[in-house]
Amino acid sequence: MTVHNLYIFDRNGNCLYYNEWNRKKQAGISKEEEYKLMYGMLFSIRSFVSKMSPLDMKEGFLSFQTSKYRLHYYETPSGLKFVMNTDLSVTNARDTLQHIYSNLYVEYIVKNPVCVLGHSLDSELFSSRLDAFIRALPFYSPRAA
Amino acid sequence: MWSTACLFHHDGMIAFQPTSMRNSELFTLTYGALVTQLCKDYENDEEVNKQLDKMGYNIGVRLIEDFLARSSIGRCQDFRETADVIAKVAFKMYLGITPSVTNWSPAGDEFSLILENNPLVDFVELPDNHSTLIYSNLLCGVLRGALEMVQMAVDVRFVQDTLRGDNVTEIRMKFIKRIEENLPAGDE
Repeated sequence: MTVHNLYIFDRNGNCLYYNEWNRKKQAGISKEEEYKLMYGMLFSIRSFVSKMSPLDMKEGFLSFQTSKYRLHYYETPSGLKFVMNTDLSVTNARDTLQHIYSNLYVEYIVKNPVCVLGHSLDSELFSSRLDAFIRALPFYSPRAA
Repeated sequence: MWSTACLFHHDGMIAFQPTSMRNSELFTLTYGALVTQLCKDYENDEEVNKQLDKMGYNIGVRLIEDFLARSSIGRCQDFRETADVIAKVAFKMYLGITPSVTNWSPAGDEFSLILENNPLVDFVELPDNHSTLIYSNLLCGVLRGALEMVQMAVDVRFVQDTLRGDNVTEIRMKFIKRIEENLPAGDE
């Protein structure tokens, strides 16, 4: 059980925030390139999912998994995208991502007039609260496995 | 100055009945002081209207996040749903009122919000030399800014105002276009 890393993108594809907790393998490209790659993939998946769906969807894309990790996706109607990678034992992290949006992002970024929206978040308060929140999650336990 | 007088008058009211002070009055009074100050700073009502709209816009782009986080309302399917959410949820949540939604255009891209009682104008009386001031123009900016964040470009304006002698206060909302999401430039 573990949380690997977390990305927050704004609706224009800027990576507002990134942090990692238990990431053993790096992408081998610069972080900027990685954010673009990640956003591009998410953008494509969203459009793929909405075109391929045989029914009208409410939520759209929710998550995908590979043999080793699961990517959880939450998008607000205002276009903010919260992306969290965990191991496979975490089946649903939707409430967690929603909580990060409404109780951390809105409280410490949106309600802080000094934080310019649409730029990378440099609020220490936000970072430390988020870090504390992630570390307190029931499925956060980076065992050296 | 006119609203300074109003404010003082209201200060008196508060002192008179200290227990009836509601939170919304703090906002109403602060807003009154803001408009008063802008009128001093700009002299020209048009410019005051513009500044109020601009400030409202900046509030709106942040307020939408608070609104979405607190209401957990998803994306609206059409403009009618948007109208309902604005009138029944958003106005209720922030101003404690529920405007009625009327005067739909046949195409469904325009409607009016009728405000029976606009809390922003409690204790306000417009003097004659401010006939073109749109006192509550901040609201237009808020609505425009908030909707822009959910991909809707909307034109918002006051067409009737009780402060200017109309029977009701009416905000006209006109849907202009959907703001499309694009991949950021430079990505392939």
